[in-house]
Amino acid sequence: MKERLIQLEVMRYNPDTDTAAHFQRYEVSCPEEGVVLDALNKIKETIDPTLNYRWSCHMAVCGSCGMMINGEPKLSCHAFLREYAGVIRVEPLAHFPIERDLVTAPDDFIEKLKRVKPYLIPKEPKPISAGEYLQTPAQLKRYHQYTLCINCMLCYAACPEYGLTPKFIGPAAIALAHRYNQDSRDGGRDERQEIIASAEGVWECTFVGACSEVCPAHVDPASALQQVKIASSIDWFKEHLLPGGGK
Amino acid sequence: MSKPLIREVPPTSWYFRHPRYLRYMAREVTSLFVGAYCVLLVVGLQSLAAGQSSYEAFLLALQSPASIIFHLLALAAALYHAATWFNATQKAMPIQIGEEFVPGNLISGAHYVAWAVLSSVILFLAGVF
Ligand code: SF4
Ligand code: FES
Repeated sequence: MKERLIQLEVMRYNPDTDTAAHFQRYEVSCPEEGVVLDALNKIKETIDPTLNYRWSCHMAVCGSCGMMINGEPKLSCHAFLREYAGVIRVEPLAHFPIERDLVTAPDDFIEKLKRVKPYLIPKEPKPISAGEYLQTPAQLKRYHQYTLCINCMLCYAACPEYGLTPKFIGPAAIALAHRYNQDSRDGGRDERQEIIASAEGVWECTFVGACSEVCPAHVDPASALQQVKIASSIDWFKEHLLPGGGK
Repeated sequence: MSKPLIREVPPTSWYFRHPRYLRYMAREVTSLFVGAYCVLLVVGLQSLAAGQSSYEAFLLALQSPASIIFHLLALAAALYHAATWFNATQKAMPIQIGEEFVPGNLISGAHYVAWAVLSSVILFLAGVF
């Protein structure tokens, strides 16, 4: 395997001793076909065991290795070294508090995920003895794309609205709420609308579209948010302009 | 207990951080031209209501070089603005027929066609052809 000398500039922050973050330069030799995560692993194994970052699967499914690579939110296990020339700048995911080095605190995102109730809320209780919920392939396809989210938070790091207004529920959580709202087995839309159709829900979104550009799983959260906006507007018109509130 | 580091987003210069943010701002700025053109139309209506001489003065002002440059800029901005919206319709309004989704460019394309038809009708009513 052909090796290449890789230079990385990695953001470091030690919460016990530092008041600000700084960059540290490393040089490692890595196989050409490797990814940025390989370079970080090599640094940790051979140069600097104090370097902190998260990863698990090394195959773009667990969503834990997100970081800013040359200013772009990326999964580091999916950022191929051959696509980068010169020094590669590695920073923790934007818009999240830095816990240590490249490790950020995901608590805000997790909290928002919980708020949108990302699980099936059946229309009416059904005993197990009544059998399974049936769904046609067309009904499945209606929401399938929005099930592919790996909770990597790259979309939050790309979204300037989230950066400027952290109370924004944000792309992935709203896309996931939309996923359940579109599910023929679900009856929880009203409960979720209270959260996602609010000012800090979809109306905080100005359709920059960055979330969909960076999403490694092709979820296209921006499309979900625009669809929620349209559906919520239709709700509003029904409620205010139709006799009986459209019920 | 150690404390996490919060990085502030610069409120007025964040869009210089990435070309995609600049593209977004370009789209937003085009709306200023669309708005300015609406104001111009209202001023035109006002001068029409004020009588023939004021309307003729308005028409004369429209022929000034500054006005022509503004119209060209506003036309370019309106076209760009409209195109970004029409391209977005396929994301905002997906249509599923049976199992499959209608291809996105058909949805956007239908908007372009409707645009062309409506514009022709308006131009026809205005006596252009
Ligand atoms: S929507 Fe895409 S970018 Fe956002 S968390 Fe899910 S997989 Fe990651
Ligand atoms: S390590 Fe799992 S997504 Fe990169």
